[in-house]
Amino acid sequence: MKYTFMKNLLFFLFTITSTSLFSQNSSSNEALEVLKKVDKNMFSETQIVTSEMIVYGKRKSRTIRSKGYSEGEFKNFTEYIYPDREKGTKMLKLDDRLWIYSPSTDRIIQLSGHLLRQSVMGSDLSYEDMMEERKLSEIYFCNILSEEVYKDRPVWKMELIAKNDNVSYFRRIVLIDKLQFVPLKSELYAKSGELLKKTVFSEIKKIEGKWYPTKMNYKDVLKDGKGTDFLILDVVFNKKIPDAYFLKSSLKK
Amino acid sequence: MLEFKLSIKNLLGAKLRTFLNLFVLSISFVVIILLNSLMDGWDAQAKKDSVEWEYGNGHLLNENYDPLDSFSILDGHGQIPNNINNLTPILVHQATIYPDGRMMSIKINGIPKDQKAIKIPTTKISANPSKFPALIGKRMAESANISIGDEVLIRWRDKNGTFDANRITVIDIFDSNVPTIDAGQIWMSLDNLWEMTGFNNEATFFIANDLYQHSKISGWKFKSKETLLKVITDLVDAKKSQQAIVYILLLGIALLAIFDTQVLSIFRRQKEIGTLIALGMTRKRVVKLFTIEGSLYSFFALLFGSIYGLPLFYFLAVEGFPVPPADQKVGIAMSDFIYPLYGLKLIFGTVLLVIISSTIVSFLPARKISKMNPVLALKGKLQ
Repeated sequence: MKYTFMKNLLFFLFTITSTSLFSQNSSSNEALEVLKKVDKNMFSETQIVTSEMIVYGKRKSRTIRSKGYSEGEFKNFTEYIYPDREKGTKMLKLDDRLWIYSPSTDRIIQLSGHLLRQSVMGSDLSYEDMMEERKLSEIYFCNILSEEVYKDRPVWKMELIAKNDNVSYFRRIVLIDKLQFVPLKSELYAKSGELLKKTVFSEIKKIEGKWYPTKMNYKDVLKDGKGTDFLILDVVFNKKIPDAYFLKSSLKK
Repeated sequence: MLEFKLSIKNLLGAKLRTFLNLFVLSISFVVIILLNSLMDGWDAQAKKDSVEWEYGNGHLLNENYDPLDSFSILDGHGQIPNNINNLTPILVHQATIYPDGRMMSIKINGIPKDQKAIKIPTTKISANPSKFPALIGKRMAESANISIGDEVLIRWRDKNGTFDANRITVIDIFDSNVPTIDAGQIWMSLDNLWEMTGFNNEATFFIANDLYQHSKISGWKFKSKETLLKVITDLVDAKKSQQAIVYILLLGIALLAIFDTQVLSIFRRQKEIGTLIALGMTRKRVVKLFTIEGSLYSFFALLFGSIYGLPLFYFLAVEGFPVPPADQKVGIAMSDFIYPLYGLKLIFGTVLLVIISSTIVSFLPARKISKMNPVLALKGKLQ
């Protein structure tokens, strides 16, 4: 009698554990597939983006328009075209290095160290944030936490945990649209669990076959304010960009 | 002796003219001593404060670290070498704090809680139960609007570049005259910073104590106390040169007054000169008489200057010379009050400078007497 009871108990525990492990594994696999689809939407070989950044101050807001050319994850060239004060300012990112050219001083400076943590033109984005362009599926383990409805859209609530130590944000909680495979909201956490930044994606449009958010609001939650809006005015995917854009000499042209 | 007595008699007889000359010269005396003593006082105070709060007996720096180049903080640190004595390790790391929702880039300095190399009150860290107790200086407290007991959110990157954030508790605000250990910086326990960043057993630089004897350590460079203090010496010397213009002008005016008086005396007292020579005094002695007269101005100026200068010097030595708050933000050690330092070298140097220069300007016009014709001089004719 005692033997039969033990056998039944072991079988029960085994069933529970294996079911749980299997479902967890299958959830992770599903999450990874979702994340890959998100990356497919959000990344392309090249991108030429005309955008506006709206920085909300305490009294008034500022709008800064720029045109950016990017190739892969490591090459990016941005030129500011509006307002007059910022016009002609250029930024070049190659791998983990960033240079800025300012027409008023006619000088190119390389940013590193604490300067990378400064905000870009008073926005909630730091230069480091702008440089971070790696695919989520490559740097995070992912897991679907739940299925929810966010702003009338069915979403997966996913938790991303860094695969390696060299990832800026250890943990992310992302809401992903189940139908369009685009992120709608992203929360970035420090290792200690402190929420650092929040991004809300909206005005999703289909551009060249990809669902793409054309409005983003970045918010450094540690800082006061409404955050920074990022509006995509025009975007072209996979168009050949001349190599000359990604040379330091292009900054002074 | 006769020349000396005659000189005093002549000077006292000239009354107002003598008074005006010695008054201008006494101002030069007082101003030279005052300006230089203030500079020397600042120099001594800045050096003392810098040694006590920042330099100790010198710094042993990681070879990739340059304190004047913030870019070097990222890579300018290394494992603490084995078998080192009389050195206090400091690890420097960059971070961002968010006081009242504002963002401020800062430097975190990790320092052993039980250190005695500098005056940062680290013992208070040991006594505090907070998880991340921190010390800040008065400038940092003012610019970030932080008080003792405040909890401030801090965000940093660990050794792999991953963001981390937590709350530090400000347990004390220290009052130091050295801005380079204060503005834009917080001080924490080295153990805490190692735990936060993962740079275990690493340091950016070491502060040497008085017993430290330097021998070459691979990967580290030593800067002696004298080398570190050279910045202050150079700055004070530069300021002294600027101030020299003021007292050179004052001294120039005073010496010009003595020169003019001498020229006028020789012109107006030709009959007296002729009489003295006719009575048997050699030309050389007459020149001596006039030179003594001129140089006695400086002695009288010294006595007159002492009447108002000594109380002024004493007052400043006790009360100090107030430094405007704006001047204290120049980035070099400077207290609210500068206490002048009256060195023997300064006082005797100034006395000698004024006496020698007044003697020279008295002698130059008096030389003319040696070429005078005594007969024409007696008649009072122009020569």
